Amino acid sequence: MRLLRERTIQSVLFAAAASGILATFGIIFSLAGETLHFFQQVSILRFFTETEWTPLFSIQKFGIWPLVSATFLTSFIALMIAVPLGLLAATYLSEFASPRLRGALKPALEVLAGVPTVVYGFFALVVVTPFLQGFIPGLSTFNSLSAGLVMGIMILPLVASLSEDAMSSVPSGLREGGYAMGATRFEVATRVVFPAAISGVIASIILALSRAVGETMVVAIAAGQNPTLTLDVRVPVETMTAYIVQVSLGDTPYGSLAYLTIFAVGSMLFVLTLLMNVLSHWVVRHFREVYD
Amino acid sequence: MAVDVRPLPGADLFDQRLSYRKKQGNILMVMGVASILIGLGVLAILVVDILIRGLPWIDAQFFTSFDSRFAANAGVKAAVAGTAYMMFFTILVALPLGVMAALYLEEYAPDHWITSFIQINISNLAGVPSIVYGLLGLTVFVRFLELGRSVLAGSFTMALLVLPIIVVATQEALRAVPSGVRDASYGVGATKWQTIWHHVLPHALPGILTGNILAASRAIGETAPLITIGALTFVPFVPNSPLDRFTVLPIQIFNWTSKPQTEFHALAAAAIVILLAVLLLMNSLAIVLRNRAVRRRAG
Repeated sequence: MRLLRERTIQSVLFAAAASGILATFGIIFSLAGETLHFFQQVSILRFFTETEWTPLFSIQKFGIWPLVSATFLTSFIALMIAVPLGLLAATYLSEFASPRLRGALKPALEVLAGVPTVVYGFFALVVVTPFLQGFIPGLSTFNSLSAGLVMGIMILPLVASLSEDAMSSVPSGLREGGYAMGATRFEVATRVVFPAAISGVIASIILALSRAVGETMVVAIAAGQNPTLTLDVRVPVETMTAYIVQVSLGDTPYGSLAYLTIFAVGSMLFVLTLLMNVLSHWVVRHFREVYD
Repeated sequence: MAVDVRPLPGADLFDQRLSYRKKQGNILMVMGVASILIGLGVLAILVVDILIRGLPWIDAQFFTSFDSRFAANAGVKAAVAGTAYMMFFTILVALPLGVMAALYLEEYAPDHWITSFIQINISNLAGVPSIVYGLLGLTVFVRFLELGRSVLAGSFTMALLVLPIIVVATQEALRAVPSGVRDASYGVGATKWQTIWHHVLPHALPGILTGNILAASRAIGETAPLITIGALTFVPFVPNSPLDRFTVLPIQIFNWTSKPQTEFHALAAAAIVILLAVLLLMNSLAIVLRNRAVRRRAG
C-alpha cells in the first residue's frame, strides 16, 4: 500500500517534469506547423531574397531582411550601452568594491532588470526621444536610437551580473600571484582576472544580445512600425517582434496569410535566439578555465 | 666590477612609473562606479518622471472607472481586475506544476540522459523570447483547446512562461536543505515521500515562495505574449468567468502610451505607478521571506 503510494507520487512528479518537454514540443510544433503553411503560399526563396516586407499591402513583398536588420540595429545600439557599462560595473563590483558595498549595489542594479518592459517602452517614447530631439536634428518620434539606448540600460544588469559572477569565481590565488609579482590592481583586474573570466564574459554578452533580439515592448512602442532596410538610427523601423505585435493588434482572420506571417517571423526569431543561447552555453563549456 | 644595468627579462611588460600604474587603477574604479551610477541614475529619472506625470491622476475615480475615449473619465478597473484574475489562475497552474517538476528532478530523477534532457530543456525554455510563448498560446490554447482569447488562455500561456523560473528556484531551495534532515527522517523509518512532505518541503518553503513571488512579478509585468494571444486593448467590463475576454495593466499601459495625446500618456504613467507599487510590494515580501530563511538556517 505504502509502496503503491510512493510509486504513484513518483509518476505524477515525473509527469510534471515532462511538462517542460511538452512546452518545448508545443512551441516547435505550433511554430513549424504554421510556418509550413506560410511557405506553401510564399516561396522560401522570396522570404530570404526580397528586400521589402509589405505583406499587409496590396503589392505583397515577403523579404524578412528589413525586420532582421531593424532587430539587429536596435540590439546593437543596446549592446553599445550595456557591454561597456556592464563590464566596467562588473569589474568594479568584483575587484574593487568591499563585500558590503557589493551586497548593496548588486541587488540595486538588478532592480533595473525587474522593471516591466512596457515601462521602458513608455520611458523611451515619452521621455528619452523628446530629450534627444533637443540636440539630434531629424530624429523622428519613432526611432531605433532611443529604443536601443533604453534597451541597453535594461540589459545592463544581465551583463554586469553574469560577468561579475564569472570574475568573482576566478580563484583568489591567481590574484595573489599577480600582486606578488608587483602588479597593481588595474593590472590584476585587466590582465589576470579578465582573461581568466573571458568565457563567462563572452557568454553574458551573447545572452544579452539574445535578450535584446527577443525584446518586444520597448521596440514596439518606441522604434516604430515601418519595415525599412536602413542603418539610419533616426528613422522609424520595425523589428521582428514589433511586427508580430502590430499584426496581433489588428483583427487578423485565423488562417489568413497575414496570420501566417507572424509564425514565419516568430520561427525566425525562435531559431536566432535559440542559436545564441546554445552558443553561449557552448562558449562557457569549451573555453572555461577549470581551477581546482 | 661593472654593475649589470640591463633590465630584467619581462620588465618591458610593466610600465616603470608606479604612480602612473596606480592611477590606472583609480581611473578604472571611477569608471566602474560611474557605470553603476548611470544605471541607477536612469532608474531614478524613470521613477521620478513617472511619479510626476502619473500621481496627479491617481484618485478614487481612476480605480473605479473603465477605459474611456476621454482621458478624464478613464480608469484601470478592468485592467486591475483582469490582472488579478489572470494571476490567480497562472499561479494556480504554475506553482504546483513547477514545484512537482523540481521535486522530481532534485529528489527522484535517476542520473541518466532523460533527466539531463529535461534539465537542459528547462534552461533553454527560460531563454525563449516571451512573444514566442504568445504564439504558442495562440495555436495551442486559443485555437486547439478552443479557449478563445480568454483569461484562461492567458493564464496558461503565462504559466508556461514562468515555469522555468519556478523550477530553477525550487531546485535551489531543495538543494539548500541539509542532507541531515533527510537522513534523520529515513533513520526513523519514513518513506521517501513522507520525508519530502514532512521535512524537506517545509524546510525549503521560504525559498520556494520567494521563487514563486519572483515568477509572479515577472508574469504581472509581461505584455507581449498577451497581445499575441489577442487580449483586448479596450475593455469596458470586468471578466465574470475564466472564459471571458480580458485586459491587464501592462496592456492598458501600452494602449494609453500608443495614443498621441499627452493626457493619455499621463494616464499611462498613473497606471505604471500602480504596477510598480504592486511589484515593489511583491519584491519586498520576497526579500523578507528570504531573510527569514537565512536567519533560520543560521540560528
